[in-house]
Amino acid sequence: MARMAGRRLLAAVPVLAAVTFGVFAIAAASPFDPARAYAGSAGLGARQDVLDQLRDNLGADRPFTARWWDWLTSALTGDLGTSAALRQPVSQVIGERIGWSVLLCGIAFALAVTAGTVLGVLAARRRGGLFDRAVTSLAYALEAAPPFWLGLLAVWLFSLKLGALPAGGLTDTGSDVATPGQVASHVVLPAAVLAVSQLPWFVLYVRQGVGDALDEDPVRGARARGLRERTVLLGHALRSGLLPVLTLVGSRVPELITGALLVETVFSWPGIASATVEAATKVDFPLLAALTVLATAAVLVGNLLSDLLYGLADPRVGFDG
Amino acid sequence: MTARSVRGVAATAMAGVLAAGAAACSTPGGSGAEGPKDSLVVGLANEPETLSPLLGYGKDGNSKIFDGLLRRDAEMKLRPALADALPKVGDDGRTYTFKLRHGVKFSDGKPFSAKDVVFTYRTILDEKTNNAAKGELDAVEKVTAESDDTVVFALKYPYAPFAERTVLPIVPEHAAKGQDVNTGSFNTAPIGTGPYVLTGWSKGEKLTFKANPGYWGGEPEVKKLTMAIIKDDDVRATRLRSGDLDGAILPPNLARGFKGDKSKVTITAKTTDFRGVTLPTANKVTGDVAVRRALDLAVDRKAMVDKLLEGAGRAGHGPVPTDSEWFAKGTERPHDLGKAKQLLDDAGWKPGDGGIREKDGQRASFTLWFPAGDKLREEHALAFASDAKKAGIEAKVQSGTWEVIEPRMKEDAVLAGGGNPADPDFDLYNLLHSSLALDGFNNMAAYSNPDVDKALEEGRRSGDKAARKAAYDKVQRGLADNPGYTFLTHVDHLYVMTDRWKDLSTQVEPHDHGLGAGPWWNVEDWQPKK
Repeated sequence: MARMAGRRLLAAVPVLAAVTFGVFAIAAASPFDPARAYAGSAGLGARQDVLDQLRDNLGADRPFTARWWDWLTSALTGDLGTSAALRQPVSQVIGERIGWSVLLCGIAFALAVTAGTVLGVLAARRRGGLFDRAVTSLAYALEAAPPFWLGLLAVWLFSLKLGALPAGGLTDTGSDVATPGQVASHVVLPAAVLAVSQLPWFVLYVRQGVGDALDEDPVRGARARGLRERTVLLGHALRSGLLPVLTLVGSRVPELITGALLVETVFSWPGIASATVEAATKVDFPLLAALTVLATAAVLVGNLLSDLLYGLADPRVGFDG
Repeated sequence: MTARSVRGVAATAMAGVLAAGAAACSTPGGSGAEGPKDSLVVGLANEPETLSPLLGYGKDGNSKIFDGLLRRDAEMKLRPALADALPKVGDDGRTYTFKLRHGVKFSDGKPFSAKDVVFTYRTILDEKTNNAAKGELDAVEKVTAESDDTVVFALKYPYAPFAERTVLPIVPEHAAKGQDVNTGSFNTAPIGTGPYVLTGWSKGEKLTFKANPGYWGGEPEVKKLTMAIIKDDDVRATRLRSGDLDGAILPPNLARGFKGDKSKVTITAKTTDFRGVTLPTANKVTGDVAVRRALDLAVDRKAMVDKLLEGAGRAGHGPVPTDSEWFAKGTERPHDLGKAKQLLDDAGWKPGDGGIREKDGQRASFTLWFPAGDKLREEHALAFASDAKKAGIEAKVQSGTWEVIEPRMKEDAVLAGGGNPADPDFDLYNLLHSSLALDGFNNMAAYSNPDVDKALEEGRRSGDKAARKAAYDKVQRGLADNPGYTFLTHVDHLYVMTDRWKDLSTQVEPHDHGLGAGPWWNVEDWQPKK
């Protein structure tokens, strides 16, 4: 188990290096001009000599390979560089924001797993029934709905029409301290939207897994022995039906991150993901690279975690699969 | 670790997360509908990139955290701020001497002096400083402190509107020096002499300020100020209606929704914020003076003001608005489609396929770009194209990002916007001087007219106001004879405010409007209504 974790971590190093290289290459090929993006609205009135000077100061004309190498070597010494878009050291940007993202994603993920499992089990209990059909078709519809669209819909319904929940931000506009109460009411909508966008996968996997397990011999055997339906369902079917969900937990991490990208932007949630959008549109190399490393690492850890869980849950699976 | 114990830990952790989530959900934050009388929350569409004046923040004044040497009053007249009087101008307009106000302190308690002024200007002009607006200080040759309370600017050439530039905020040398000016902590934790002190900045969400008790102009009555950044117009309107905001900038159609609301007032700010179409000189169609003049007559500016702006604006016949003291009377070009057609007929543009005119095998057709996502510019572009079509000229409207548009500006028209009310030189020189043709986003039409060039130079060099007025009249008449742009409208900015304060006013606003523009331009002077 430890060996597998170690080997995976070792393999992560070249992966991370390659991913950041790719980020620099793609950003360099994009039509966005870092100097102009940096200048913002002032750049629209700026003279060419000023823009040229700016470009020179930002090193925007250097080949991306050189910029990547500089970034990589200084990142290894612990210096993540400074974000041009936010005019702050990258480590500070991440430090200020990552907590809010983890909070949002954590709540959303927990909600999605719980609600997904409950709905999946209920649907699997009587496959083809009314509840099953309703849940399944809703899940397929949600699968196709992009998170930002869900977000805008939620803002429209709950904030604009009903006025029940705040439309964005971390706290009420007038207060500048992030009290738990304030944050709690503001996290509801973004977390719910993010959870709903993740939900279909869990529902469908659990439904399938539990449904299949209900048809398997051990469950039939359990039923034959006269065990209560509840025990059969939760003790036997759910247990083996959850196995595929464990894999899913890991592989949903990238989706969770991209979902958070959009949801944070829609709800002006001051997390790491909205900074990523900012970094991408402003061709802010150091910030973009650091955030990509972070996202890639999250994906790799997610996969590792799901493999470990799978191994623990099902003794037939070895740790070096 | 055994499988069982790992599962146990995982389950406990999961339960913890869920419990935390549930607890969070069960304690909704209470928000009072009516805010306290001494606080103000406003909603804005744009956020500053930085709060450091060294990188361009607050360069047009009204920065709240900072003061400039001068500031502008409601009539846009210059008044002393950190200077104790308007500058003495000597040496034929090439030397500006400022005496500084005594006893001013920065919000950290340290005194303000001439060395802070010198530091501010020198740092901005330093080529390592990433300030995109530094071109505005182009005229400055050097800035020196003659004593603790005297600062002298020496200019490279006589520049009449220079004093207008000195509304630029002054930063404390002791706080901003010794860190990287482009990325240092001063960018997000500024210290100034202004009426307000920054208390928090949650990027993309809001900026919060509290009154500066030691402000040299007296502590403001509005003790707490919040600027919420809300990009979406509808969300801003809703949050205003729900009482979350006390005031917001709104587009005309949403502002109209507050007309019947007795507790709200709508405040209209006149602007120099123009919308117009560039007519590239290099293009065979738009480069033809007959086409340019015909377009000027063919567009129905009044209809645009009525329909696109719902009346909140004015017809624009040039960068200078018609009600400005600098406007050259008699250069208005009223809508006259018949005359436009006559002009084109006379110039040899004959009707061809589909009603589009032709001359020597050249179709009277060109592409008109507008920046994607800008609804108001899109509507202007479509209205322009439809008016031009009636005269037999085709404008193919396309949208793109500035990255897409910029390389095409030489040949294609662009729906441009801009405007700075402080001095006619700021807009006219950049828009029209041939030396700035296609230089960045200056003179996007590559306009070139030797008479106009000469008049522009006279206008910026002369210290005499009557002589300047004559020069700018010449510029505007030159532009009427050979319109390098089809100016369409000047757009009013509308603000809806809770009716809680006395005597709200606005200034004439520029194209860019952010923290400094709006009724809150002088929030430090507001008194609550009893």
